[in-house]
Amino acid sequence: MSPFFVSFKLALWTTLILLPVGMLLGRWLAFAQFKGKAWVESLILLPLVLPPTVIGYYLLLVFSPDSFSGNLVTQWFGQPLVFTFPGLVIASIVVNLPFAVQPMQLAYGSLPQEVREAAWVSGLSSSKTWWHIELPQIWQGILGSATLIFSHTLGEFGVVLLVGGNIEGRTRTVSIAIYDHVQAFDMLSAGWYSAALLVFSLAALMVVRMSAQKSKRTH
Amino acid sequence: MHTTPIIASASATTPSFDSSLEVRLQAQRGPSLDVSLECGAGEMLALVGPSGSGKSTVLRTIAGLRKVDQGFVRCGNTLWMDTENKKYVTVQQRQVGMVFQHYALFPHKSVIDNVILAIRNKSRKEKKHIAASWLERTNMTGLESRRPDQLSGGQKQRVALARALASNPAALLLDEPFSAVDQQTRRKLYRELAKLRTGLDIPMILVTHDVGEVQQLADSMCLIYKGQTLQQGSVHDVMTAPESKTIAKLLGHQNLFSATVAHHGDHLTRYQLGDGETLQGSATKLNVGQAVTLLIAPSAITIDNDSSAHDIGSNRLKGSVRDAVSMGDEWSITVHLDAVTKSLRFRIPQYQIDSRHVLPGTPINVNVRAGGIYAISESMS
Repeated sequence: MSPFFVSFKLALWTTLILLPVGMLLGRWLAFAQFKGKAWVESLILLPLVLPPTVIGYYLLLVFSPDSFSGNLVTQWFGQPLVFTFPGLVIASIVVNLPFAVQPMQLAYGSLPQEVREAAWVSGLSSSKTWWHIELPQIWQGILGSATLIFSHTLGEFGVVLLVGGNIEGRTRTVSIAIYDHVQAFDMLSAGWYSAALLVFSLAALMVVRMSAQKSKRTH
Repeated sequence: MHTTPIIASASATTPSFDSSLEVRLQAQRGPSLDVSLECGAGEMLALVGPSGSGKSTVLRTIAGLRKVDQGFVRCGNTLWMDTENKKYVTVQQRQVGMVFQHYALFPHKSVIDNVILAIRNKSRKEKKHIAASWLERTNMTGLESRRPDQLSGGQKQRVALARALASNPAALLLDEPFSAVDQQTRRKLYRELAKLRTGLDIPMILVTHDVGEVQQLADSMCLIYKGQTLQQGSVHDVMTAPESKTIAKLLGHQNLFSATVAHHGDHLTRYQLGDGETLQGSATKLNVGQAVTLLIAPSAITIDNDSSAHDIGSNRLKGSVRDAVSMGDEWSITVHLDAVTKSLRFRIPQYQIDSRHVLPGTPINVNVRAGGIYAISESMS
């Protein structure tokens, strides 16, 4: 399996799992007021400032079959997670949490409370309010969040190397493959891979920016 | 513009058809609340108070957007809240129509979809029909497919009102609905609302801090201050006969004088001001010797020309002009009264006086109509 396939599979899984999580957490943080909110927000943002290798190190500890948590994980998945694709997905989720929560929290936070209240007064239940009123106004946040998670997962290196190792066809992603090729002085392959990532990332960002401008015009 | 007040007295209607709104709220934690008010079907009750007095809190609690420690809210035969019997109806089930301060339209929906979304239990076709007819009644025909951000403030307000009424609400709640539009639009909207409400047989509560708005739109008013309802009654009664000095001040009355009841006449009562000066005012049932605060309506004050006949139901007071400001077609004049070393403030149409006669320091006599003097018992203040 090509590193591209591994990378895209990882990015897709991460995005699909993180979008609903980010939506729930972002909504909760935007609307709820509670003690210790700053703690929760800091914890979620932590992967943004922590070196990926540090996160990778702690994940290795958690996954280690010698540890209590690793034992649980092994029982749950039927195998140790270190150097496996599921392990890589979990690591990727942890690293990308801030990219999932932050845009959603911003999108929900910009919804006026009065508008949601008007929906309730009009007889719309919480779930109907979410579907008819909230969702159509936060899709910018969803799109932004998805793009960030997807592109960031494609580019992730440190955590992937530590937790996934570098197993051909299973955990070798594009960014690792580039590193490998450079190590082996195969600059041409590294160049192709790099150019592909560059084009894809640029295109993804363009899609987000253009849809933001379009929605500004129509709203 | 003058609307005939249609005050449905709660006691006059038979209980089975009573669709009035009854509210009693109490809160000790957080901002304290001690509220009691009633609003009949077809009645527009203005909830008036300075900002931070708790009037919006009361409205939101009635709507079901906020909870209080202790309370009782009944609308018609339905109990919306009764903390004693642990009864609570959710905001969705209460079916109130509410207009928010900043309209709170759904920004991604067209005008007609904003209204349609509030209509329940009807087919899509019926909903569309009802929404269109309410938009027609609020003068919004032709703008149905616009988005809220393509509307002016006044138009947004009309859509918000149509949305609130289209749900066939049990009560209409208006939270400072005119605060965000300009003066000219406001006057137009007052007229439209006054016209629209004549066909509504539900309790209507208007939250505002604008006494002028109350006089133009409401039948009755309830004054709220620091979370406490102070006085409820018809707009005229509360405005002209406030129960306490605090209420008089909240209503913006400026000419307040301390006095005592001196003598009861046939139709008028004589009040003793500070230094021997007395004033004739409207009759009161208060005992002679009782301390009162006299409230002098600015409309009862005129400048006394020597030529004008001194009529029996008025008082002549000596003083000097403290200041006089020309404001549009009126003069706002402050007169310092010799007898009580206090000032009297009133307005006179521009054409009635010569500006040379109101220079500061000029001696001046004013006439105060006895009917415009009202006594507030000091003990109630």
